[in-house]
Amino acid sequence: MIKHVENPVLEVHDLTVSYARKPVLWDIDLTLPQGSLVGIVGPNGAGKSTLIKSILDLVPASSGYSKLFGDDLANVRRRVAYMPQRESVDWDFPASVLDVVLMGRYGKLGLFKRPRKADREVAHECLRKVGMEAFAKRQISQLSGGQQQRVFLARALAQEADLYFMDEPFAGVDAATEKAIIGLLQEMAEQNKTVVVVHHDLQSVVQYFNWVLLLNMRLVASGPTEQVFTNELLQEAYGGKLTLLTEVSELVQKGQFAAREKQGYRG
Amino acid sequence: MEAFWIILTGTLVATSCGLLGNYLILRRMAMMGDAISHAVLPGIVLAFFLTGTRDTIAMLIGAGLLGVLTTFIIDFLHKRGKLQADASIGVTFTSLFAIGIILISAFAGQVDLDQDCVLYGEIAYVPIDLWISNGGTILGPRAIWISGGVLILVLLLISLGYKELYLTTFDPSYAGVVGISVGLWQALLMGAVSMTTVASFESVGAILVVAFLIAPPATAYLLTTRFRTMLWLTVGIAFLTSTGGYVLAVAIDGSIAGAMATIAGILFAIAFVFGPEGGLMSRRKKQATLEESTVSAA
Ligand SMILES: Nc1ncnc2c1ncn2[C@@H]1O[C@H](COP(=O)(O)OP(=O)(O)O)[C@@H](O)[C@H]1O
Ligand SMILES: [Mg+2]
Repeated sequence: MIKHVENPVLEVHDLTVSYARKPVLWDIDLTLPQGSLVGIVGPNGAGKSTLIKSILDLVPASSGYSKLFGDDLANVRRRVAYMPQRESVDWDFPASVLDVVLMGRYGKLGLFKRPRKADREVAHECLRKVGMEAFAKRQISQLSGGQQQRVFLARALAQEADLYFMDEPFAGVDAATEKAIIGLLQEMAEQNKTVVVVHHDLQSVVQYFNWVLLLNMRLVASGPTEQVFTNELLQEAYGGKLTLLTEVSELVQKGQFAAREKQGYRG
Repeated sequence: MEAFWIILTGTLVATSCGLLGNYLILRRMAMMGDAISHAVLPGIVLAFFLTGTRDTIAMLIGAGLLGVLTTFIIDFLHKRGKLQADASIGVTFTSLFAIGIILISAFAGQVDLDQDCVLYGEIAYVPIDLWISNGGTILGPRAIWISGGVLILVLLLISLGYKELYLTTFDPSYAGVVGISVGLWQALLMGAVSMTTVASFESVGAILVVAFLIAPPATAYLLTTRFRTMLWLTVGIAFLTSTGGYVLAVAIDGSIAGAMATIAGILFAIAFVFGPEGGLMSRRKKQATLEESTVSAA
């Protein structure tokens, strides 16, 4: 089930990505509507991170292409934000929380320019949004995993973009923080920004996202959550792992109910 | 005056090397300094053949280009050839160094250039090697002018490209996404490392250059968690190393380069044991606090 939309904010066309000639993404073809909060769901090693990295030109495609806002990434970088997985950097690096969040402003500054007062204000505002304003001066190695995650989120927010890619923003954060963050992302989606999130907790998919990509090397499904998050498609994506299946069917029942309650998908 | 010139040269060289070394150690490329210092040899030799003189500027340009080429070859072998990073570095610099040696020996008869003059400068000779203008005025030791000029270039690079170097060091993929070219800044950094290394070889010798590239920034890293402070500390440590090294050499009537390298090592050892951030003592203290809190939590 792959649903395409008119005037997509993101279009991925026949994308294949390989590491050392071994394909990890195969013939991905999808479009996303603007203003959606999108969950990328699939088992470990499904290629979720790779899909984002390929869209952002961080890993080369063997074939196919991506268009953002109908354009090449190089022309729209200022409208695109990225939050990588926490493990992708060395947290012992000599930097303060504010230093890291200010990096979100670098793309807008241009060559040779230092961050100005306005940039600092944006950075502090973003730290406030993720509940980390008290930690601005803290050295990043002295943060818990969940706090590091929030710093990365604040850095992505500081980019003030229209399209956000976030790789597992909820990994290692406590339940209260997760709730606060998803509230923030839903607010952004309401302001017609598009947020694409790699997510690995099936329990909360229906509650959080109004559009879902099911990925397992191939794209199993892409569409409104209530159409995609079905027993059948999940089985296909997760390759019929028995322990999971009963759990999933329970979830689906619970979830579809929740989705109807919440009216998760608009348009 | 002699002491002044030697200490000043040592400080200028140690500052240039140390500032660039900060980026090398944070990029986990500490060995690149050593590798580049060998790999630039063919560049120096070719520059000599093309210009026919032992002109410092030409040699620096030749070395700079070779240094950038070295990083491209290492990158290529590592990323495209799937060779481990350390193996790529090892293969590249030994091969290039060998080519340099072959070039020198093949043309040895015709040119006034040998490995000694390229690789083993001697800081003790700094005050004697004066730069004399065409008019006959004595402008001071040549090494001061060279290492001072190099330091200005290094300062220009890290102040103009401060945020670019900082971000491409901390999180290269993110830098790529926001439109900062990781390859360009890597090439600029490595070009600067190559030039600095070669310019410094001539004034202070190869061993001291490698020590200056790594020891002061590694010491500074143990003393602070702020990058700007780390850069400033590096400058201070460079001065201490140079002065302390000279004093020690005079006291024991030994090699100046050896004494400076020794002081660099001693400063590192002190920071390693007593440093507030990464030192053994602080780690033991942190461990204790951690255990305490675990115990009280249990
Ligand atoms: N740099 C890499 N080199 C080789 N293989 C990789 C690399 N990165 C990821 N892979 C492989 O590609 C597959 C997809 O990885 P990834 O996109 O990280 O999955 P996910 O994010 O869905 O867990 C996995 O099998 C992984 O082992
Ligand atoms: Mg991943």
